[in-house]
Amino acid sequence: MLRRLALLICLMAMPATAEEVVLGLSSDKVRITATFEGSEVLVFGAVKRQAAIPDEPLDVIVTIAGPSKPLTMRRKERVLGIWVNTDAVEIDAAPSFYAVATTRPLDQVLSNVEDLRHRVSINRAIRSVGAPAEVADAQTFTDALIRIRKKNLSYQMLEGAVALDEQTLFRTAIELPANLTEGSYQTRIFLTRGGAVVSQFETAIEVRKVGLERWIYTLSREQPMIYGLMSLAIAIAAGWGASAAFRMMRQNG
Amino acid sequence: MQIYLPIAEVSVNAFLLLGLGGMVGVLSGMFGVGGGFLMTPLLFFIGIPPAVAVATEANQIVASSFSGVLAHLRRKTVDLRMGTVLLIGGLLGAALGVVVFNYLKSMGQVDLLVKLCYVLFLGVIGGMMFFESLRAIRQTRSGKVVPKRKKHNWIHGLPFKMRFRTSGLYISVIPPLLVGVAVGILAAIMGVGGGFIMVPAMIYLLGMPTKVVVGTSLFQIIFVTAFTTMLHATTNFTVDVALAVLLLIGGVIGAQIGTQIGTKMKAEQLRILLAMMVLAVCFKLAFDLLLQPSELYSIGAAGGH
Repeated sequence: MLRRLALLICLMAMPATAEEVVLGLSSDKVRITATFEGSEVLVFGAVKRQAAIPDEPLDVIVTIAGPSKPLTMRRKERVLGIWVNTDAVEIDAAPSFYAVATTRPLDQVLSNVEDLRHRVSINRAIRSVGAPAEVADAQTFTDALIRIRKKNLSYQMLEGAVALDEQTLFRTAIELPANLTEGSYQTRIFLTRGGAVVSQFETAIEVRKVGLERWIYTLSREQPMIYGLMSLAIAIAAGWGASAAFRMMRQNG
Repeated sequence: MQIYLPIAEVSVNAFLLLGLGGMVGVLSGMFGVGGGFLMTPLLFFIGIPPAVAVATEANQIVASSFSGVLAHLRRKTVDLRMGTVLLIGGLLGAALGVVVFNYLKSMGQVDLLVKLCYVLFLGVIGGMMFFESLRAIRQTRSGKVVPKRKKHNWIHGLPFKMRFRTSGLYISVIPPLLVGVAVGILAAIMGVGGGFIMVPAMIYLLGMPTKVVVGTSLFQIIFVTAFTTMLHATTNFTVDVALAVLLLIGGVIGAQIGTQIGTKMKAEQLRILLAMMVLAVCFKLAFDLLLQPSELYSIGAAGGH
């Protein structure tokens, strides 16, 4: 709160350099249908300013974060010849999806302090408070989480993927993978100069299952008994139907 | 064609699932086993979360066994009495199995348990069947026919005897009940029907005639897997009906083809083939446990260590 207030005061104190983001999204809703194969979200916008462009170059950072969830990371070790899960570290909150797109390498456009404050880099977006005493190298667990999620495109580091024209118009495309979970995807745009955030804008992309997907999912959570019986009925009908169809084919053939 | 599975929350190719269902269906029709012991590891492999794979496979086995049991009922090769005894054991076992499954899931050891179960059971049973059928084939080749001894072992000394007319047996209900419990536990933990364990147990342990074994095991499997499906659906919410439908469309067609192939082959040949397949899956899983995995870390749900 205090930080926000401080930031606000800073912003108000220097109206001459005030720059604001005017944002557009190709879609603020992603609909997961039965044939969902992932989706590309186009984030574009313009920088509105009253004063002349300062000398220091402007940079843009775009982040999209899926719903955060606590999880447990486990590590395998060889016990009696076989590989078994032994050490575990709780991660307090990790987004199911996280993408950072920037105009230039992140360490050049954002200072460490600002990263800490706004939780921009993937490492900072994951919150891990403490590890059990017996695990000495808790950071390797977080690294492993990032490595695994980067591999299936759930975490993306897109340095240089934001195009910025005339320090005013920017755009980037972020690929949402097919293994997307439902929720509100927080989308943030930062304008930085010399590693400091000069302006920030936030919005959300709603990711929702629709149609049959929605219906099945809701039924399985709200009426699990009916859902289970329905699954069985479908299974039995299909099993019986197929055998009946084959018998008819054999009699005719 | 990619399809998004609503419960598993992953996108997979629909034809891949149809093909997998069909392939496993052929095998299940040939050997009279549900095919779950092949399908569940295959589902892990294509990236379906293990909990969803196990629960959905139970649902799919209901479908693939249903057409089979109808055919056997028509041919009167189902021992309903024996089936019911096995079923009572099976339901108890399944309830126990789901409790164990959920407990181990919170401990993060469920994968290990499932794999160890597979290695152990597949290894023992595959090995037994392999050598048994090898001996049988050698005997038929050399023309020697060994007279079948009626084995009188410890099983015949147990109390609570019951007459099973279709099987021509007069034995205690304890061994079939225990077989049922064991299979029920496996059904819940491993996402298999348990046919690959029950069929040899019925032949070698209970001494049932081969012709009623398949029908009776299918009869038991349907009810136990239906029960397991309901348990998983109501406690874990992990039954994916879309996944099940795709697998079973392929599966029921494959099963019919498999049954046709099965009737054209000799029982010993069939058994040795099944034994080899069981052993192959066993070795693959054993190697995975022994070799260093490429990724030592895994992501699990929160809660518990």
